[in-house]
Amino acid sequence: MKIKEVDVAVVGAGSAGLSAAYQAASAGAKVLVLDENHRPGGQLFKQIHKFFGSRAHQAGTRGFVIGQHLLDRVQESGAEVWLDTLVYGMQKDCALGVIHEGQHWVVKAKKVIVATGAKENYLAFPGSTLPGVMGAGAAQTMINVNRVLPGQRVLMLGSGNVGLIVSYQLMQAGAEVVALVEAAPNIGGYGVHAGKIRRAGVPVYVSHTIKEIRGKDQVEQVEIVQVDSKFQPVPGTEQVFDVDTVCLAVGLNPMTELIWMAGCEFCFIPAFGGHVPLHDENMETTVPGLYVAGDVTGVEEASSAMEEGNLAGVSAAQALGLLTQEEAEAKKGEIRARLDILRSGMFGEKRRTAKLSQLKSMEEYQLKKGGAV
Amino acid sequence: MEGVKYTGIPSAEELANCPGRPSEERMKKGRVACVECVQEIPCNPCEGICPFHAITVGDQITNLPHLDESKCTGCGLCVANCPGLAIFVVDKSLDGGQGTVDFPFEYLPLPQKGDEVDAVGRDGQFVCKGTVMAVTKAKNYGGTAVVRLKVPVEYVDQVRSMKRLPRDVG
Amino acid sequence: MRIVEHPILDELDTSKKVTIYCDGQPIEALEGEPVASALMNAGIRSFRTTQKRKEKRGIFCAIGRCTDCMMIVDGVPNTRTCVTIVRDGMQVKTQEGLGSFEEKKGEDK
Repeated sequence: MKIKEVDVAVVGAGSAGLSAAYQAASAGAKVLVLDENHRPGGQLFKQIHKFFGSRAHQAGTRGFVIGQHLLDRVQESGAEVWLDTLVYGMQKDCALGVIHEGQHWVVKAKKVIVATGAKENYLAFPGSTLPGVMGAGAAQTMINVNRVLPGQRVLMLGSGNVGLIVSYQLMQAGAEVVALVEAAPNIGGYGVHAGKIRRAGVPVYVSHTIKEIRGKDQVEQVEIVQVDSKFQPVPGTEQVFDVDTVCLAVGLNPMTELIWMAGCEFCFIPAFGGHVPLHDENMETTVPGLYVAGDVTGVEEASSAMEEGNLAGVSAAQALGLLTQEEAEAKKGEIRARLDILRSGMFGEKRRTAKLSQLKSMEEYQLKKGGAV
Repeated sequence: MEGVKYTGIPSAEELANCPGRPSEERMKKGRVACVECVQEIPCNPCEGICPFHAITVGDQITNLPHLDESKCTGCGLCVANCPGLAIFVVDKSLDGGQGTVDFPFEYLPLPQKGDEVDAVGRDGQFVCKGTVMAVTKAKNYGGTAVVRLKVPVEYVDQVRSMKRLPRDVG
Repeated sequence: MRIVEHPILDELDTSKKVTIYCDGQPIEALEGEPVASALMNAGIRSFRTTQKRKEKRGIFCAIGRCTDCMMIVDGVPNTRTCVTIVRDGMQVKTQEGLGSFEEKKGEDK
């Protein structure tokens, strides 16, 4: 077993992790980024649409272009990136168990930033395990990164931004989207994303769900049904579509395994996808020296993940004494202002409220702990 | 139920209240942007991209974009740069009862100038036949193509895209 | 089916090809792509069967999290094909149930 000692170890080379690594390394920290994948970038390179936000968030630029810029900056910053590298565990002292190039390593870092992202939710119904049923994000990876069409005729379940955007991108890749189905009475994502697929002729069925998927060895047919205000099927409203693929865009949940191992305190916030780690305004968890950033702290979107990564990276560098308090607070102030903007408006409100309650839980925990001592 | 939240299509009321849409008089004078952004989302590239400062969002970037139709020249830079693909350029000034609609088009194959295609509305349904006047994919369009269709002027308010053309993948 | 031309992304470079074998059948793959996408491109959608009910399973998450796409790759069972990059001559087998290392041992003899 080999030992590697660094100032900052970052787990996950996606939107949040790369941003954190860039910030910490440019402040002068010795940074090591660990990622299981063959390529860095996490889920950024499958985002081929133009991002929202303001110019400070690189709005109007396509996700994969933002990803390339971020990668370039990380490379220039001097951070080391280990790809094809599995982080299988974390001790209470934040030492990381790592398999890199077939060898076991223990990575000891003064500060650890976990940015492991989120994974797609699953939904069970008759036929939901047939080959051809896949996550919308999986289909997006296939078409935009691996450049393989998962099917010719697709039905999408879920009208959040993921469902809407992936439907659009499936058509850009050459597939036909026969329908988008949503159990809620309204579309979950941005109206402009829905508008794109409506103009392309995709029908949107709100207050509908999948009743059953049929097929011998793979998806051949899907039956949808209207649901009432209590989400119960309305008999006689069934419709059948011939499809070869069904995509599920029914939310994501944070990949928190590593930080559970480290002994972080958690709270449960449904709007963020489930159990999320308590963290303070500097992204530090209840385990001293352990920071989190991006979807692992609660599912949001790529721009917020990058800003949280920036925040964690600056905070870690500050804690290491590499930035003066003045420098660090100035940077953090700007980042927090950009985060606030991303969490504003009719769609951002839910996330803003969720983040506030997460921060409040942290305060309460600290008070309680302070009282006990 | 009606409205963008339920159908993905802005209702007549939402469009009427949208501060990004030009007046009938302005459309009759010539090319002008039509910003059909009716939900308060955090987004403002349209404001920054306009060389004539004709679109204003303001510091609160969830504000709906406001169009100053007197400043707009109908250049169409905003059409290609709106991440929501919600901006169009319309023109009701053509002779012979014709008008044009410019819309973003991010599919393959692209139509060719002179093609007669099926013009579709906000719901993707056939509205009328249209003639492709231009297909532009400029360097500052960020990979988005903009198609200009000529249609009878009475359909300019309805036409917002065209039916995709058949494609062989691979 | 391969997406060579794309309205937004650059044309796909298909010049560097390798051959992998799925249950003995040669399959053309692109250098650097995961096994799962090569199989999907070849029209293969069923990757394994479940232990108890023998149901067919294929790709679900495509990012190495759900383990639905596990196959026996070069004798190693439970290999996540969506995050395993192809190699020329790679042997991929449909995994029945939990799979086993027996064949790998056999090859070593």
